[in-house]
Amino acid sequence: MAIVTMREALNQAIREEMQRDDNVFLMGEEVAAYQGAYKVTKGLLEELGPKRVIDTPITELGFAGLGVGAAMAGLRPIVEFMTFNFSILATDQIINSAAKMLYMSGGQFNIPIVFRGPGGSAFQVSSQHSQALESWFAYFPGLKVVMPSTPADAKGLLKSSIRDNDPVIFIEQERMYGNKGEVSDDPEFTIPLGVADIKREGKDATIVARSLMVPVALKAAEALEKEGVSCEVIDPRTIRPLDIHTIVESVKKTNRVVIAEESHPFCGVAAEIASEIMERAFDYLDAPVKRVSGVDVPMPYAKNLEDAAIPKVEQIVAAVRQVAYIE
Amino acid sequence: MATQVIMPKLSPTMEEGQLSRWLKKEGDKVSMGEPLAEIDTDKATMEMQALGNGVLRKIFIQEGESAPLGQLIAIIGEPDEDISSITSQAPAATPAKAETPPAEKEETEEVKPATPAEADTPASGNGRQTPAPVAQAATGRLIVSPLAARMAAESGIDLRSVNGSGPGGRIIKRDVEGLISQQGSTAPGVATKQTHLRAVGSPAQKSAITAASAYHDEPASEMRRTIAKRLVTSLGPVPHFFLTTEIEMDRAAEMRSGINELDPELKISVNDIIIKVAAAALLQHRQVNASFQDKFVRYYEHADIGVAVAIEEGLVTPIIRAADQKSLSDIASEVRDLAGRARERKLRPEEYMGASFSISNLGMFGIDEFTAVINPPEGAILAIGAMSPKPVVRNNEVVVRQMMRVTMSCDHRVIDGATGARFLQTFKKILENPLFLIV
Repeated sequence: MAIVTMREALNQAIREEMQRDDNVFLMGEEVAAYQGAYKVTKGLLEELGPKRVIDTPITELGFAGLGVGAAMAGLRPIVEFMTFNFSILATDQIINSAAKMLYMSGGQFNIPIVFRGPGGSAFQVSSQHSQALESWFAYFPGLKVVMPSTPADAKGLLKSSIRDNDPVIFIEQERMYGNKGEVSDDPEFTIPLGVADIKREGKDATIVARSLMVPVALKAAEALEKEGVSCEVIDPRTIRPLDIHTIVESVKKTNRVVIAEESHPFCGVAAEIASEIMERAFDYLDAPVKRVSGVDVPMPYAKNLEDAAIPKVEQIVAAVRQVAYIE
Repeated sequence: MATQVIMPKLSPTMEEGQLSRWLKKEGDKVSMGEPLAEIDTDKATMEMQALGNGVLRKIFIQEGESAPLGQLIAIIGEPDEDISSITSQAPAATPAKAETPPAEKEETEEVKPATPAEADTPASGNGRQTPAPVAQAATGRLIVSPLAARMAAESGIDLRSVNGSGPGGRIIKRDVEGLISQQGSTAPGVATKQTHLRAVGSPAQKSAITAASAYHDEPASEMRRTIAKRLVTSLGPVPHFFLTTEIEMDRAAEMRSGINELDPELKISVNDIIIKVAAAALLQHRQVNASFQDKFVRYYEHADIGVAVAIEEGLVTPIIRAADQKSLSDIASEVRDLAGRARERKLRPEEYMGASFSISNLGMFGIDEFTAVINPPEGAILAIGAMSPKPVVRNNEVVVRQMMRVTMSCDHRVIDGATGARFLQTFKKILENPLFLIV
């Protein structure tokens, strides 16, 4: 065990999996010579060579398609998007090729590919470069969507994603690369996809949070604990397949739910979770499920407006107070 | 924060209420739970309680005026609070005499529902969006969280007796939890499971029974349904038929005067004895203590006997619950109490709704014999005529006896001729020999 940053944990996961399996290779913009726009791929070119760590041109649709083809041919590509904002250009390959190939080939072609990179809000990079796209990808059958919130989860989940035989969208949070935490150095350390993690146990309300909102939810839970409200914080970690069972069991215990997310509310992941809770745990709800989402506008550039667009501890606290009927 | 007082739903069938009397006037202090006004519903005059603390700031409808359910009729607030935003929303009442002032009409047409708007942005955190608590009954439907509803159902708690502490009067977990923890002690308004399954003949409970009888439903047989269908086409939704018999009342009258001599305070009437005897007979003839419910027939475990009471405006039938378990003195005092309050129109809905059988007595008007109309969904009603001395033949001799004619109206969908006749036979046998009550 060592304390490392999220960035280093991801780097370890890629290195270990490339060492473990020669079929794994990495490509993307600036991943090799520049060692990654966010230095996640630091040292990999030197260690594993230019055949397996490949700089691509600025052609997201092109190299995403190349990755799908390589996966069909038996390799296990890791495709880095400099940010997931640029994955928008590659969506035809992700959705129409990667997600559907197994189905449309009658089970002949698995697509063991990982599309990874930073997503969500960053620091003042404005509307086109600050967006949470997980609900887009989670919408399509055939894709798995993973969003870690701690260095350990990042490492364990990325290793599982690389070993998985289906296409995985692995969204790292741009603001969280420097977050530190204990991470196992066991090369066989993995975390299974589709298993939620209870980040904090509680009995009065459940806060479901993912990615950037997990530390925010934990702070909210701390603040509420001082008021005598005990919150359970659940991080689904994998958006699809979603571990709804763990969430529902928690709701059955606490009877109240707040779902926090930095993405827009409309058709978002929280909406899906709320619907699942309603269908599976209706008789256990003591209050309507409450969402705390990012503001429903393109991300503003101005610092003060950007701050106002991303959910804060106080908003989660207020939402919990509301569902727990605390005046 | 100001509390909006709205026309509450005080009876299950009420659609509007007439303000009979304000018990507070504008400027009076009021506190939560205090009687605020008397409301005439379609059934009774009921007290309306205040659901907030403060001062009665504004009254919108005057005595004698009516308002539909949910309409704003008054505001309770702090003495210096600005209530103009609420007052501007008050719709006009329906005056007793038609004289709507047209001046304020335009304003009322723009009125939006008085629900406080919730902030669009998620959780603004200023706590102002919590609306003032409003009685759940006021909107005409219970607002209950799914969890609270389930907990109440599992604990046998009647949600209508629960005050919701959530927004808009929503009944939530803590409201039900409070009552569950009180269960076993004597929580008012809580129908516990025990009352549904109460043991027969446990004397301590007898006089305290106010809840409706337990029952079980059995699917209506094809024959039952065919009989029902055919008779309805002939006679209307409740096909009545009538059975009449004459009963010798000397022993019952003797018993009555005997008891009253022992204790004049008891004031047992012949009618009380009739109620008791009918209850005893009903328990022996369960098919008569029943109700036709279309797909099934409901059999009641106890005899909840409705007693028709004439009042100035018409008629109500307060109910002696589980009369089979009550003593004559209990029945007598209960009838007196219920009839008295019926005349004052002070009965609560549960006191006059949901009998299993009814008795109507016009003997005091000198009526010898009549037929009564069944009060659905009950299966039968007994019409009691006057008791009068008549010559009858006993042992080949003409003697004078106190005779009384009774006619039972039966709902033919559930009671057949022979079934009704057997019941009436038992009723007659016990009433002629009231000692059967104790053997």
